[in-house]
Amino acid sequence: MIDQLLSVVLDPLRLLDILIDGISSGAQYALFAAGLSLIFGIMRLVNLAHGDFIILAAYILFAISWVLGALGLPPELNPLLALLIAAPLLFALGYAVQRGVLNNTLGKDILPPLLVTFALSVILQNGLFLIFSPDTRSIDSGALSTAGINIGYRQVPVLALTTVGTALAVIGGLQYLFFRTALGRDFRAVSDDPEIAQLMGINRRQVFALSMGVAMVVVAIAGVMFGVAGSFDPYLGPSRLLSAFEAVIIGGVGSLWGTLAGGIVLGISEQFGSRAFGEEFKQISGHVAFLIILLLRPRGLFPRDKD
Amino acid sequence: MSATPNPTPNLTANPNLARTAPAPAAQRSGAVLDTTGLTAFYGDFQALFGVDFHLDAGEVVAIIGANGAGKSTFLKSLVGLIGNAADMVHFDGQPIGAMHPSAGVGLGLALVPEGRRLFSSLTVEENLLIGGQHTRREGPWSLEAIYDLFPVLGERRNNPGQALSGGQQQMVSIGRALMSNPRVLLCDEISLGLAPIVIRDIYACVPQIRAEGTSIVVVEQDINQALAVADRVYCFQEGRVSLTGTPAALTREQIKAAYFGLAEAGQPSKKTAKSKAIKTKQNGGRGA
Repeated sequence: MIDQLLSVVLDPLRLLDILIDGISSGAQYALFAAGLSLIFGIMRLVNLAHGDFIILAAYILFAISWVLGALGLPPELNPLLALLIAAPLLFALGYAVQRGVLNNTLGKDILPPLLVTFALSVILQNGLFLIFSPDTRSIDSGALSTAGINIGYRQVPVLALTTVGTALAVIGGLQYLFFRTALGRDFRAVSDDPEIAQLMGINRRQVFALSMGVAMVVVAIAGVMFGVAGSFDPYLGPSRLLSAFEAVIIGGVGSLWGTLAGGIVLGISEQFGSRAFGEEFKQISGHVAFLIILLLRPRGLFPRDKD
Repeated sequence: MSATPNPTPNLTANPNLARTAPAPAAQRSGAVLDTTGLTAFYGDFQALFGVDFHLDAGEVVAIIGANGAGKSTFLKSLVGLIGNAADMVHFDGQPIGAMHPSAGVGLGLALVPEGRRLFSSLTVEENLLIGGQHTRREGPWSLEAIYDLFPVLGERRNNPGQALSGGQQQMVSIGRALMSNPRVLLCDEISLGLAPIVIRDIYACVPQIRAEGTSIVVVEQDINQALAVADRVYCFQEGRVSLTGTPAALTREQIKAAYFGLAEAGQPSKKTAKSKAIKTKQNGGRGA
């Protein structure tokens, strides 16, 4: 084991591999986490169904792009087209779930939203199982799935680059929404002081519903990247949720760029663990890195000034 | 409510000199905001016991009273943060006692809350912008007008609200409320915790706000300040109005009695203050 560790640490190319693959899987974790971070930041809601929403989005995108494929459209374009169709649907779904269900659970007690989102998680898993069966699925992206860019000693998959670019765009977009738009001001004001925000004429329930809608658009993006990059089944939600939680906490709750950094730390740790100690150490390495950071910096790498 | 550093009414300086003449007799039909028999509860605890109040267009009214007299509760009831029966509060004749707190700003009712309550993750300018963002009310107040009123805010527009001094934060809070171009501005303890010179600066803006046609209610523990700025004064004691009248018509003894209820222990100033208050009303404090 020591030999294996040294052979990795002393080999710059293998270290570069860890970096490249770690960043690309970390970008995916950041995409999982961005919606969770958004929701928690605005309404202090811990959405235990977040991972299952990602899987739901992946199935919806799978279904839409299957139909598009059957219509004869090129598979390289279908995931993007499917996303454009699914994003408004998922926005509406998020808005409706928040307005109809989750708004009623928010209050001084933190237990009701946990129970209700846990129930949503169970319903989604079993609903997807009933509709789509336990078979694993994948969103077909044609030649894109195997395309790569040659960087001399290896290929970097185009999908990995796309994931990184998407994560940067999503985090940057959310950052813009939060800090440069009137809606973002509402989001932050409601999070800072809900009572006074109402006096500004802000309807808190409406703002919460809009923020869940935005989070579900991010979930749709995460779902398409996840579904294109690998295969999924109805029960993968909770493990996506775990990665998302770890990314958010490593980065510092409430910081979007921190969430991206948290995802990348998680991704690199997993890649390092799997190469230095063996594939079976992949996930545990991520968890250990998470625990170490929690121990050294309990508020994460980039904590927000308050709470 | 936080403790006031100096609760004793110190009326050695003659506050009456601050006003040239009492406000013209108010017409009830002209009241922009009024309450009739307003009660308010925190759970089982009753905080207000039948408050009758009115504010006329263009008027500045001060509400004074000791800690726990119900002044802040009264303002919270006006803006809907405490729900009441709809017809206990009227705005322009419309019953608003049961309205949602987010509805007031569209009607033209804005609150400067106790303790300033700026949004901590918003800059000075964003705090101002959000005040006018959810209403299409037209009026004189804009970012530029606020920066004219409080030039220091213009210099610090990109600072986080929390980075400012207490007085500057209070200016932001007032500016935030003005951004909705309110017809009625409710100010809760805007002098609390500020140095006297800063308080003077803050109150210097009142004539300008009033000149733009806004009626103002100030809740104030500093009685001299209240008497100097207001056309009429209400004194609250234990959830009731214990005295009302124009500053010119009220004596120091009346106010002292109404403020502390010293006249007869347990009976809120029945003989002295109340009878004189009625007299005050007849003398033109309240024309109706």
